[in-house]
Amino acid sequence: MTIDTQANSIELGETIIKIDGLNKWYGQFHVLKDINLDVKRGERIVICGPSGSGKSTLIRCINRLEVHQEGSIVVDGILLTEDTKHINDVRREVGMVFQHFNLFPHLTVLENCTLALIWVRKMPKKEAEEIAMRYLERVKIPEQSQKYPGQLSGGQQQRVAIARSLCMNPRVMLFDEPTSALDPEMISEVLDVMVGLAEDGMTMLCVTHEMGFARKVANRVIFMDEGQIVEQNEPEAFFNHPQNDRTRLFLSQILQH
Amino acid sequence: MIDDLKTFTTLPDRAPPGSEIGLIAWIRQNLFGSAGSSITTLILVCLFLMYLPPFVEWALINANWVGNERSICDANKAGACWAFIGVRMDQILFGLYFGANPDQVWRPVTIFIIFFTLLIPLMIDKTPRKDILGILLLLVFPALFYVLIYGGVFGIPVADTTQWGGFLLTFALAFIGILFALPIGILLALGRRSEMPVIRAICVTYIEFWRGTPLITILFMASVMLPLFFPAGVDFDKVVRAMIGITLFQSAYTAEAVRGGLSAIPKGQYEAAMALGLGYWKRTIFIILPQALKISIPAIVNTFIALFKDTSLVSIIGLLDLLNMAQTASRSLEWNGYDIEGYLFAGFIFWMFCFGMSRYSQNLERKLDTDRRN
Repeated sequence: MTIDTQANSIELGETIIKIDGLNKWYGQFHVLKDINLDVKRGERIVICGPSGSGKSTLIRCINRLEVHQEGSIVVDGILLTEDTKHINDVRREVGMVFQHFNLFPHLTVLENCTLALIWVRKMPKKEAEEIAMRYLERVKIPEQSQKYPGQLSGGQQQRVAIARSLCMNPRVMLFDEPTSALDPEMISEVLDVMVGLAEDGMTMLCVTHEMGFARKVANRVIFMDEGQIVEQNEPEAFFNHPQNDRTRLFLSQILQH
Repeated sequence: MIDDLKTFTTLPDRAPPGSEIGLIAWIRQNLFGSAGSSITTLILVCLFLMYLPPFVEWALINANWVGNERSICDANKAGACWAFIGVRMDQILFGLYFGANPDQVWRPVTIFIIFFTLLIPLMIDKTPRKDILGILLLLVFPALFYVLIYGGVFGIPVADTTQWGGFLLTFALAFIGILFALPIGILLALGRRSEMPVIRAICVTYIEFWRGTPLITILFMASVMLPLFFPAGVDFDKVVRAMIGITLFQSAYTAEAVRGGLSAIPKGQYEAAMALGLGYWKRTIFIILPQALKISIPAIVNTFIALFKDTSLVSIIGLLDLLNMAQTASRSLEWNGYDIEGYLFAGFIFWMFCFGMSRYSQNLERKLDTDRRN
């Protein structure tokens, strides 16, 4: 089993996300239990775990799409509270890519990318379009810029969604099962873009079941179950020598094919 | 014919068999597809043949098109008396004042020419600077309407609102109703989905109250009850009262139509907008409302069409809209007895405008459908 360690060799910086004693409930259901997690600048974390383990909820807490009840989350020095200004400050620094892309269907690909630049970053339209085209080139679909999302394939839509997030020049990117809704032949075009991002040193938290991607890109793999972090390690150790029984069971289930 | 498994050749497309295309095939499939369908087709054709020709004969072929007096119509009872409509056209379209003052008819004619000059380019795709046209239509036009129709300035004689009537009144009530009900309705619909309980409660109460009250009651209340709440001497114009009543009523319906669109927007759209750092209003204006309104167009236009026709209810407070003015004209001494012509004419005008609105909304839906645009 060979592991590409090249991507893992980038030096890690200071802590950019600090999560302490995080607890969250949906009504009576305790979905996140005492989560502690530090993410360093440039770190690439893959979070895996069975469905309902709270992994999506965890990363959605980081840009406050989910509200937590206990504990603290500090992103780039900003403490997440109910303060709308703080929340929007954090959201400006944190990009997010969703399972179902969530592109804006009434706007063209280019408008999807420029909207936040123009209305959040207050950038002139022309400058915003230049930036958007740069990132659309980076995800290799500049020629689709005038089309509407409904005219693109799933893989193309997800790449537009990545470009849309990158336009805001985020310090952290969150990926919430970015390839789960894609047809099999389109998964690699999205993963390729993500590998490229990792190589450029982007801080990434990625909920995914793409274990090949985890081996190749992650410098830490986190396994969650029942709202807790069960085990975390470097990919090589994580996959070759899982410590916990639950981790072993989970890995045997997803890797047996 | 596959002699070589390694090469893949694309077969050329062929046209479908002849029995599937053309007029005959369409008739066979759609009108005589089964025994039941054939019988239905034949019955409907028979009904048409029985009732359509006599109507056409009465309404068109034998009709009395010209003339100034009823004696012409009385002499030929086999045909419709459109001469009556011609003589009373100004009254039915523009109300009692303009009916009685033919030299002033240029005022409503001008206002409708201005209206359509602004409206028609707005409905054409390629028109540049639609924003300016829109502002002119929504803000400047109502002021112009008041100046030209009410008068009292620039030496234009006053046409008191008590004398407003006919299609002009129908138009004024519907235009103001739509103009105010749409923004108020959108705000109410947003408020109903607000996370703030107080705002939500206010909006729900408002919507349910006005939606649960018949328009005729609201108009009646506006006419009889409203003056009781104000000190003696403060007198609201009847037309203004009707406009307020219609707007209150209509905004509740519009709100429900918009809410239908809002609830159809997937949660992911809100989340994606939030994740990009867009605040509530930016998210609502740029992401949610454009999609929600697009979905609500049929429902919104439906309420507008209903409003347009409901304006006839203002007769309860003594205002004569298109329908009531046609009735009044056909009950006048000179033309008594020709009410069918009056009703048909009023119905035709209503139908033209409602059908126009309906077609335009379908057109708009198609244009805004970005999912299928290729």
